[in-house]
Amino acid sequence: METLEKTQKTVERPTFKAQYDHFIGGEWVKPAKGEYFDNISPVDGKAFTKAARGTKEDVDKAIDAAHKAFATWSKTSAAARANVLLKIADVIEENLEMLARVETIDNGKALRECRAADLPLCVDHFRYFAGAIRADESSISEHDEHTVSINLQEPLGVVGQIIPWNFPLLMATWKIAPALAAGCCTVVKPAEQTPTSLMVLMELIQDVVPAGVLNVVTGFGPEAGKPLAQSDRIAKVAFTGETTTGRLIMQYASENLIPVTMELGGKSPNIFMKSVMDKDDEFLDKCIEGAVMFALNQGEVCTCPSRILVHEDIADEFMKRVVERTKAIKMGHPLAEDTMMGAQASNDQFEKILSYLDIGKQEGAEVLCGGAKADLNSGLENGYYIQPTIFKGHNKMRVFQEEIFGPVTSVCTFKTVEEAIEIANDTMYGLGAGLWSRDAHELYQVPRAVKAGRVWVNNYHAYPAHAPFGGYKKSGFGRENHKMMLDHYRQTKNMLISYDKNKLGFF
Amino acid sequence: MERVSISDKAIEVIDELRDRFGELMFHQSGGCCDGSSPMCFEKGDFKVGGGDVWMDQVYGCDFFMSKDQFEYWKHTHLTLDVTPGRGSSFSLEIPMGVRFIIRSRLFTMEEMESLKPVMTGEEYLEADAK
Repeated sequence: METLEKTQKTVERPTFKAQYDHFIGGEWVKPAKGEYFDNISPVDGKAFTKAARGTKEDVDKAIDAAHKAFATWSKTSAAARANVLLKIADVIEENLEMLARVETIDNGKALRECRAADLPLCVDHFRYFAGAIRADESSISEHDEHTVSINLQEPLGVVGQIIPWNFPLLMATWKIAPALAAGCCTVVKPAEQTPTSLMVLMELIQDVVPAGVLNVVTGFGPEAGKPLAQSDRIAKVAFTGETTTGRLIMQYASENLIPVTMELGGKSPNIFMKSVMDKDDEFLDKCIEGAVMFALNQGEVCTCPSRILVHEDIADEFMKRVVERTKAIKMGHPLAEDTMMGAQASNDQFEKILSYLDIGKQEGAEVLCGGAKADLNSGLENGYYIQPTIFKGHNKMRVFQEEIFGPVTSVCTFKTVEEAIEIANDTMYGLGAGLWSRDAHELYQVPRAVKAGRVWVNNYHAYPAHAPFGGYKKSGFGRENHKMMLDHYRQTKNMLISYDKNKLGFF
Repeated sequence: MERVSISDKAIEVIDELRDRFGELMFHQSGGCCDGSSPMCFEKGDFKVGGGDVWMDQVYGCDFFMSKDQFEYWKHTHLTLDVTPGRGSSFSLEIPMGVRFIIRSRLFTMEEMESLKPVMTGEEYLEADAK
């Protein structure tokens, strides 16, 4: 992997306040215990601001504010709620470049991804749910000439939303937009690795959202996340993260008998059928890019296509081109416009990925490219950079079974469609999958046979607001995106009405 | 032969956490974000059951993993270590600015033959109650 020899030209670094407080009840609120913690940028390993170290007192205050706001927000018209979402979208759009740079400093990802994906998707998701709530209708049925049943959707109430660090603003948007559209009020807890970008956004939209509707408390999981998940005054918890914490949150939710949404990761197979190499054309070029998609967002995506399944007849030639394309990935300063892949989000992630590179080699997987950290200079020596890595091996190896959450994929071959499906499904997880083929029958039959909530067919890593996203198996349950999300934040009020003046005659 | 051992640095962190929280336990996570890392909780805070495997006791802390995950891990020896970093999740060490991490190596054939038996989380609970 190329080492920087001279300083890359970077865009101007955004400025930050010395510290950020919680945002509760429409105001900036100092943490009850008065403590803050450093936010370290993965770009250079240096602290660039501080975040409030929230505790149960702060979480309780946020829940109080949310309950107070719920009394009016839940009765605010759909048109008015939609307008709030539209204004949020406009503010993000107007400040897109600044927010993209902030996200890069907070998370370490390359600026070009924030500009092209994270931020435009945030704008679109808010607009989508603004539209969805306007077009949404309840249902009514006439059971007989005297009896009418009305199903009305009512907001759940105050919800707790725990956000991961891989797409800090976008994952917050995925949770906040449908909750607000549905009429819920929310207490959001961003990840402690990336607590700042959402606060920068809150500064921009603080006057747009009515006080208490959207509250954000920063802090550490055991100190702020846990009291939020344990609270008996929330109506739902939405969580994106890993299996153990997911189980723990469900355990707390079971004590309060409230619903949860779980998005817990995956080990997504990306399947390349023999026909992809029937021609050397633009479609094959798209397929090769599809295989290299494992490096998007430094592999820190729960749907990272971290297993490549390729037909054995084309494996050598196909992988040769995939490796070539992977080696062409330009690493460098995340704020440089030509950088294609940035830094991993934190030091412990960096160390964990290196430990997987180690066990992969020990288990006998062949390193086709990468396989080590990337030594970048010019001020990036202490950042968390890993070379995009491709292992070749078999599906029982740990690197084929565990979510590494780094720019690492593992390739194995198959002989038949049946074998491809068997390998694809031989995993604990079922979040994403990819299927690439020129065969019309395979394009429908293989995705149906793969046990995953999202199968990309002849594309990968698209996340439109209009398509439901979520997992099968140990990848969780519940969905995000799509108008069906509204019902994940609402419950059904059934009014069963009799228009018959006559008694039943029982008593 | 033990399945899980521990580094000196991890011992220091456990000592400090034990002073504050009392007895501890570990559950190895899988999946997204901070997954594939060991989570440290107060003993009993995380409810284990028939879907878990008790793998070992490491420095006085019971160490668990989900049963299906264990199928892919059972041929590897684990060392509980610690690294500076800002993990998320509810693991107790996170506010200290460090994160527990697992380092793995393959068992040798001889080691595989002398491994201590594991038990399910349910069997563990029965044994622990006695």
